[in-house]
Amino acid sequence: MESVVFVFSLIDCCALIFLSVYFIITLSDLECDYINARSCCSKLNKWVVPELIGHTIVTVLMLISLHWFIFLLNFPVATWNIYRFIMVPSGNLGVFDPTEIHNRGQLKSHMKEAMIKLGFHLLCFFMYLYSMILALIND
Amino acid sequence: VHGPKLPSISGAVHSGNFFLGTALTLGRFFLLGPVQNSLMHSSQMLDGQGFGSTVPGLYSHQIPTKVPVHPSSGQYNFGGSQNVSLLSNQGSGQTLNRPPAGLISMAPLQHTSSVPQMLPPSQNSAAIPSSSSSFVPGAYPPALSNWQYGQTPMSQPTGSQTNHFAHVAGTLPTQPLSSGSTNPATSYQYTVSPGGPPLQNSYMKPGFVPPPVNRPLASAFPPARPPLGPPQAGGPPLVRPSAPPVGPPNSSLPQPLLNSAANQEGKGLINSVYLNLKMGRNVGYSYPTLPPGYQNASSPGAPGMQSSPLQYQAGPQPFPQPALGTNHITGSMSGLSLQPEGLRSINLLQERNILPTTPLQAPVPNLHEEIQKLNCNPELFRCTLTNIPQTQALLNKAKLPLGLLLHPFKDLSQLPVVTSSTIVRCRSCRTYINPFVSFLDQRRWKCNLCYRVNDVPEEFMYNPVTRVYGEPHKRPEVQNATIEFMAPSEYMLRPPQPPVYLFVFDVSHNAIETGYLTTVSKTLLDNLDLLPGNTRTKIGFITFDSTIHFYSLQEGLSQPQMLIVSDIEDVFIPMPENLLVNLNENKELIQDLLRTLPQMFTKSLETQSALGPALQAAFKLMSPTGGRISVFQTQLPSVGVGSLKSREEPNQRASAKDIHLTPSTDFYKKLALDCSGQQVAVDLFLLSGQYSDLASLGCISRYSAGSVYYYQSYHHQHNPVQVEKLQKELKRYLTRKIGFEAVMRIRCTKGLSIHTFHGNFFVRSTDLLSLPNVNPDAGYAVQMSVEESLTDMPVVSFQSALLYTSSKGERRIRVHTMCLPVVTTLNDVYLGADVQAITGLLANMAVDRSVSASLSDARDALVNAVIDSLSAYRSSVLSIQQPGLMAPYSLRLFPLHVLALLKQKAFQTGTNIRLDERIFTMCQVKNQPLIFLMLMTHPNLYRVDNLTDEGALNINDRTIPQPPILQLSVEKLSRDGAYLMDAGSVMFMWVGKNCGQNFVSQVLGVPSYVSIPQNMTHLPELETAESTRTIAFISWLREQRPFFPILHIIRDESPLKSSFLQNMIEDRTESALSYYEFLLHIQQQVNK
Repeated sequence: MESVVFVFSLIDCCALIFLSVYFIITLSDLECDYINARSCCSKLNKWVVPELIGHTIVTVLMLISLHWFIFLLNFPVATWNIYRFIMVPSGNLGVFDPTEIHNRGQLKSHMKEAMIKLGFHLLCFFMYLYSMILALIND
Repeated sequence: VHGPKLPSISGAVHSGNFFLGTALTLGRFFLLGPVQNSLMHSSQMLDGQGFGSTVPGLYSHQIPTKVPVHPSSGQYNFGGSQNVSLLSNQGSGQTLNRPPAGLISMAPLQHTSSVPQMLPPSQNSAAIPSSSSSFVPGAYPPALSNWQYGQTPMSQPTGSQTNHFAHVAGTLPTQPLSSGSTNPATSYQYTVSPGGPPLQNSYMKPGFVPPPVNRPLASAFPPARPPLGPPQAGGPPLVRPSAPPVGPPNSSLPQPLLNSAANQEGKGLINSVYLNLKMGRNVGYSYPTLPPGYQNASSPGAPGMQSSPLQYQAGPQPFPQPALGTNHITGSMSGLSLQPEGLRSINLLQERNILPTTPLQAPVPNLHEEIQKLNCNPELFRCTLTNIPQTQALLNKAKLPLGLLLHPFKDLSQLPVVTSSTIVRCRSCRTYINPFVSFLDQRRWKCNLCYRVNDVPEEFMYNPVTRVYGEPHKRPEVQNATIEFMAPSEYMLRPPQPPVYLFVFDVSHNAIETGYLTTVSKTLLDNLDLLPGNTRTKIGFITFDSTIHFYSLQEGLSQPQMLIVSDIEDVFIPMPENLLVNLNENKELIQDLLRTLPQMFTKSLETQSALGPALQAAFKLMSPTGGRISVFQTQLPSVGVGSLKSREEPNQRASAKDIHLTPSTDFYKKLALDCSGQQVAVDLFLLSGQYSDLASLGCISRYSAGSVYYYQSYHHQHNPVQVEKLQKELKRYLTRKIGFEAVMRIRCTKGLSIHTFHGNFFVRSTDLLSLPNVNPDAGYAVQMSVEESLTDMPVVSFQSALLYTSSKGERRIRVHTMCLPVVTTLNDVYLGADVQAITGLLANMAVDRSVSASLSDARDALVNAVIDSLSAYRSSVLSIQQPGLMAPYSLRLFPLHVLALLKQKAFQTGTNIRLDERIFTMCQVKNQPLIFLMLMTHPNLYRVDNLTDEGALNINDRTIPQPPILQLSVEKLSRDGAYLMDAGSVMFMWVGKNCGQNFVSQVLGVPSYVSIPQNMTHLPELETAESTRTIAFISWLREQRPFFPILHIIRDESPLKSSFLQNMIEDRTESALSYYEFLLHIQQQVNK
């Protein structure tokens, strides 16, 4: 059973890693002026909810399967994702707002955030991999 | 450097440090020099200007002298400093001795001859000059500083000229270079060097001659503000030679010297200047001031004369270089007893009357005069810090915001327009060629933003103005900081669009009640022929209530045909080809429609408003062409997409926390972005008595680069003042210039970066603003940061380029370029602070803050901006901790302006302001050019019952009195006077109870004070001198702005008196501090 949990987490984590990379690429395209703010933001906003769901599922799964350490590791990041999504002002077009993204260094902070998440997901990836192998061996 | 922090006593020592620093840099440059020199040299030769004849003697002498100078400078310094303080004959004597070192052969002659002959005053002058020449920068730093901050901008064109070859000029008419200095001294010198105005003479003179020129300045300098220019002019040449000696030890002097020396020679100079050095010229000489214009001049003069190295240099030398050498008047001055005005710090608690009586002028960047002369007009382009800090750390320390305020599309009376097949731009950063680039030689120029070396295209070699080949540095592009290009087809993505105007009117019951449609139709009818455009101009109309009405203006119809679309869920456009029609071909039909429109809906009972669907329809109609949509709305949109709910709760107005400044829906923002993508701008006219959620509606204009107009409680009968305002503003709106499908890019020198933009537009990519429409009344602001340290850059430049389609269908590019010096000390940063620009930028930032956080946060941030900057000044710059609240002279008005912001409608607390009005004021803060923003924030108050012709301006035979500006405090009002308050978009004339009968009858045209009508808004034109003066003054104020401020004449009982008194910023109100209390609060925080 445990191995199934980790296999699923591993797949989910892979998806999240790809998503982070996609965020980074798109944002750096914007930075280099390859795409305009409007299309960049509409591309990214589409993936904010899938990312949020993907990550929340893993977190909840870890809670259910009683892996406390991994859950506590994931919890702050998941909370941040939800908080960010909820706190979008009503007038904005989403987490990434084309009219704001060039102001007050938002582009940079989005970039930084995507980088940190990439690092975090990579860490999780190896953790899940290790746990999965351990679980398979135990089985 | 930490210099400024040290007490004044140690000034000498630390200035010494500075000096060392500069000396080193000089040395370095020196080393570099040769190579570049050679380059230059060759180039010069190529020029073949025929300056072959050089004065060998001078060279040899000078060269050696100069080099040694640096080491020895220490000794001389003291002498120099003494001179400075004395500024007297003695001083001159000393100085006289000194100079010889620099100018070996020539100096003695001049001194002996000139000094004795001069009259006592002249002696002074002579002395000063000599001293000044030696360390001009140092000696006059005070003067310089004064100049910078001087209220009177320097108007000394001649000074600069003197720099070059003033003497020569004087003597030789042929040489344009001459400054035309008429001083006796100059002439005298001429005599000395009879014969030809050999360069030598001129050369030498720079030291000398300029002095006379400077003299007045110098002597006057503490009180008066001598322009920087002059001292430089006189001094610089000399400076270099003698300066080195002066340099180090001297506390006050050295630094300036250093700076000047460093700047002039070292930093900037990469090329030509150094050449000179090698050649053995005085450093002073190398002083690269030749403006482009002058370069030529020098060469022609030469033929007969010995063309000296000077000219030689001059010819080849690219004019821009002078710019590099900025004069730094630095903080080292603190030790001096003579503190220039600009360096002075002021105890705000003691000086009550700090408000200048004339309008505050923008500080003049401390650049060499020739460069400054070419710099962009501060009304178009302004920077909060005219001395750019070298590093972000320094900027952070100063606690002042760094940013630009732009007014790029301002109506200009003179604008050079260039039509050329190739527009010369930098190949890597795409910067347009501008006056601050440097020409390495005739065929190559170096970009002043990215420092790439570019080729000068063949066409650019020919100057169409003078019709001369081979002088690219004299082309208009290189002579004007503001210029417009006619863009060739590469600058078009599609053929230039025709001007298209679409008017969208709210015709619900509420709208008809206000009666606005009559006013608007009539104004539109009157101005139909004045709409900017050409034969392609198109126009269309839409009206809406709960349904949307289109008007077919098809040719052949006997009268306009109304088409009603009631499906507002999915709006479609019936017969799109006949809704937007050519204005000229269908004028009668259009006039017919405008005449009948006001009557068409008088019986309407429909109260709903479907603004959202109407906007969607308008967008669909416009999207194939782009253009301008003008929307008139009188209530909260209530049906269809984009409908809004009332969010204002009047009883909660008091708490600054819970007010809704953010939009409640993203519909209008999304639509605005769609519009922006199709080159459509939406201008919103809101005429509403009730809450209409401008925070949400405003987005439609904000992101599509439109403008917002708000007429609170508009009613055609109850509110005649608003009616007149609408008429005047609408007329301006309809007839002003307009640019379509525009984009604006703001570039700055490598190392600086823009991180936030303020204004109405959409930021499409990092530095590209998308402006579907651009109008001459819109201002923009940007905030910047220093990403990489600006080491080795004496100056930085900023360039804004606005590409637009004119109403005549031409694609044009308007380019503004500004150049500013870079400084390394905190004191210099404060010295160059532009308090108006800082206030303007802070206001923009505060609007953002109130939207993203809360109003109280924004207010705190404003107060903290003052506290932080003044405490940084106190702890880092002031050497002696004095009691009181010390502020640098440049920031003396900072607390006052911030207090004015806090009391402004946008940021004030209290219950007496409606949410829409507050938001409208915020829109204005974001969208208005700085001058109007400042007037709105801190109005000007004049006493007008005793106007005299004293000091009056004379314009076109009209005499315009210039009364002094008074502080905004009731204590300045007296019952027996009449006062005019000019608040930008509105003026109040308050007439005191005991106002002289004379004024009441001769100006107001009423028999007595009691008979002044309640709602008087016009002054009668009477045949009296008083009336003429008053009317001349008021109309002069009005002429200076594009909109028409309404004049309210009020007396004690008038309901408008409260608005008048609300603008009394220095007084206490129920919810806000008085100016003095505010200062005490700040002092408390600063001294913590």
